[in-house]
Amino acid sequence: MSWLHIAVVLPLIFALLIPILYRFYKRIHLGWFVLPIPFVLFVYFLSYIKPTMSGHYTEQSAAWMPQIGMNFDIYVDGLSLLFSLLITGIGSLVVLYSISYLSQTEQLGNFYCYLLIFMSAMLGVVLSDNLLVLYFFWELTSFSSFLLISFWRHKEKSLYGAMKSMMITVFGGLSLLGGFILLHQASGTWRIREMIEHVSSIQSSPFFLLAMVFIILGAMTKSAQFPFYIWLPDAMEAPTPVSAYLHSATMVKAGIYLIARLTPIFAVSQGWIWTVTAFGLVTLFWGSLNATKQQDLKGILAFSTVSQLGMIMSMLGIGAVSYHFNGAESQLYLAAFSAAIFHLINHATFKGALFMITGAVDHATGTRDIQKLGGLMTIMPISFTLSIITALSMAGVPPFNGFLSKEQFLEAMLTVTEAGIFSLNTVGLLLPIVAIVGSMFTFVYSFKFISEIFLGEHKPDKLPHKAHEASILMNISPTILAILVIAIGLFPGLVSAPFVEPAAKAIANVDTVHAEFHMWHGFTPAFFATLLIYIIGAALLLTFKYWVPVLRKLPKALTLNHWYDQTGRYTPYYATQITRTYMTGFIRNNLVIIFSMMIIITFVTLLCVPFTFDFVKVSPIRLYEMISVITIIVAATMIIFARSRLFSIIMLSAVGYSMAIFFIFFNAPDLALTQFVVETISTALFLLCFYHLPNMSRYNETTSYKVGNIIISIGVGAVVTVLGLIAYGNRHFDSISSFYKEHVYDLAQGKNMVNVILVDFRGLDTLFESSVLGIAGMGIYTLIKLRAKHKNGYERVEKIEQAKK
Amino acid sequence: MNYDIFIIIALVIVVLSILAILVRVIIGPSLPDRVVALDAIGIQLMAVIGLFSIILGTRYMIVTILLIGILAFLGTAVFAKFMDKGEVIEHDRNDRD
Repeated sequence: MSWLHIAVVLPLIFALLIPILYRFYKRIHLGWFVLPIPFVLFVYFLSYIKPTMSGHYTEQSAAWMPQIGMNFDIYVDGLSLLFSLLITGIGSLVVLYSISYLSQTEQLGNFYCYLLIFMSAMLGVVLSDNLLVLYFFWELTSFSSFLLISFWRHKEKSLYGAMKSMMITVFGGLSLLGGFILLHQASGTWRIREMIEHVSSIQSSPFFLLAMVFIILGAMTKSAQFPFYIWLPDAMEAPTPVSAYLHSATMVKAGIYLIARLTPIFAVSQGWIWTVTAFGLVTLFWGSLNATKQQDLKGILAFSTVSQLGMIMSMLGIGAVSYHFNGAESQLYLAAFSAAIFHLINHATFKGALFMITGAVDHATGTRDIQKLGGLMTIMPISFTLSIITALSMAGVPPFNGFLSKEQFLEAMLTVTEAGIFSLNTVGLLLPIVAIVGSMFTFVYSFKFISEIFLGEHKPDKLPHKAHEASILMNISPTILAILVIAIGLFPGLVSAPFVEPAAKAIANVDTVHAEFHMWHGFTPAFFATLLIYIIGAALLLTFKYWVPVLRKLPKALTLNHWYDQTGRYTPYYATQITRTYMTGFIRNNLVIIFSMMIIITFVTLLCVPFTFDFVKVSPIRLYEMISVITIIVAATMIIFARSRLFSIIMLSAVGYSMAIFFIFFNAPDLALTQFVVETISTALFLLCFYHLPNMSRYNETTSYKVGNIIISIGVGAVVTVLGLIAYGNRHFDSISSFYKEHVYDLAQGKNMVNVILVDFRGLDTLFESSVLGIAGMGIYTLIKLRAKHKNGYERVEKIEQAKK
Repeated sequence: MNYDIFIIIALVIVVLSILAILVRVIIGPSLPDRVVALDAIGIQLMAVIGLFSIILGTRYMIVTILLIGILAFLGTAVFAKFMDKGEVIEHDRNDRD
């Protein structure tokens, strides 16, 4: 254990203390106790900036389950440090914000407990170097996110959203586990560091492609990429601090982190570059298109998050192209990595702030519906200022930080078309087009976000309560984030040297990465693309009324939610239908299945395995044995064809007595004795049952059913006979009975060998057979004696039936 | 003098008689017919086992003969009671003990 380990599990430990604090300190808002945790961690992680900047990596290891290679290995490089700082920094701001957002009447104990679990899990994800531990924390984030989304668990929509996000992210998590296991198979280690060192053995392994697909699936579900983004808009039922923290800044970036972390392993694959880039761009376009038609503020932000995540993802895909080049050309594509990291920081700042502003508006007016909001500019001036800064940053307008990363993004998209590999120069022409169109819609919904809340006409009669400015406490966190937005926008050097360059270095395969961001870099293609985005975006804004209704009227069958719901509805339905076909509740049906499976399995085995019959050791058949066998066959046939049950019982006992005679023929007096007595008693019991039977028809089965039964019974008989013959012909060892024969007297002082075996050599069997008899006796006694209660029950039912008549 | 031939002849006679009695068991018009025939089969079985003990030269089967004697008697008695009263062990159903 080291301080780093303690830093990861500190929130988890504190989550255990939460119930105590919650119970005994009711007067102070619980958030004040929680606030120091992320803040202390933030300060602690700040101390790692210096070593990381100078290229020094910190590794710590702690044994957890060394037998399976699952060790709590922590590795701090630029990428994990950046994420840790995001998690703890925005975590502190969110906790601060939640103090004013959640009132004391809420179940704060639960809230902060879940939030701290989540924080710990997220730190574990980004700091783990061991894939198994990473997976453990990965699922812990899914789990705690599930708890946080369903925080208001009396609301049906919360439960639906929590369920949906759980289903989708756990599906991705499991596929991720599969990918990790395949990676382990290919490389022989669970540590990411060692995997990257031995990357060539992974790349030549047959599991490479499958592992890649599984891991991309896992990352895409977590990061809400197309088509798995559907859980994120429904997760907006969570309290706003949760949405701000989990669903904009941290958890949805876990997939991004994973893609970035494993890029050194997979980047050589063309499939990786194409999948990551294409899905990222489709997500960017689809998310921003859908964001324009949302009525709910958090809906807009959710789809905007989806679209921005797609943008980061696509940049990571393009950065991977750099693995195929050397030198200066490689640097060209490496810029995409630094752009991705840069936008990741920027998105965390402005999206976190936007969510907090939405929460403030919700608090101040009581609604998040854009149809009811409007004209709040003069009522909520601080929120208005903050949202101008952050939303314009989201739109990519100078001088805010979103502009810088958008420029970089467009530049990366335009440069990639010049790469002469993987047909990027032909089909790849689509990439910048999709990116530009997606950015246009981003522009539109960002402006819509501002204008719908703050501009236009104030509608006080539509609002649930009178609008007012949010409290100072509530505005602190978004203000800090907005200051960051401006600061990074004006001085990108603030983050580029300490964060972006080390992080990009961790992804890339070169030692030097230069990340420089400029407001103005001449009349480049990216500049004209930005101009185009502004012009068409403005045109789209002016014609908003005309085209959005068209979008809203898209048929339901085209939405992915529709298909998700249909799956959720019809899977249980068809599962029930299938189960009903074989779980009929009839024992005879189950028997048919069991016996036919037995026939089929034996038959297939006999076909596949060579077998022999051997009749050499067979004894000669004596006449009286023949007679006895004929008697048994006749009696057994009569059982089947008998019309009355009494006759069947008598024939059954005839079979039993013939068996006893058989025992006599084969020199087994003890067996014969027992068989005679037991047969008599069981016949008497059968007669007892027969006497009390109700007068019902015995043959109520259909003819076709009988034919099936005949086939199955003949099959079972044949199979067992054949197996018996094979077993007899293939005896490979001598029996051990000679030992008993020799030592029955000198070891056990007995002359009756059967009895000596029963009570001496193998007395344990006898003991438990006696106990079986005892249990049967007690069972019969209880069945008969405890019937009285049931009898009363039946009588009551009869009385009720009579009363009804 | 070899007695085996006599014993085998005796066995054949006994088995034939069993078959003859079996006809009665199968077609016997009433239940008493069958019960009596079964009782007779039981006695014939005693004979069969006795003869076999001689053939096999063993004396361990004698117990079985005695047992069949007891069982045949018991079984016949139980059947007789069943036919007479409709139940084997007299028990007052209203008596809960």
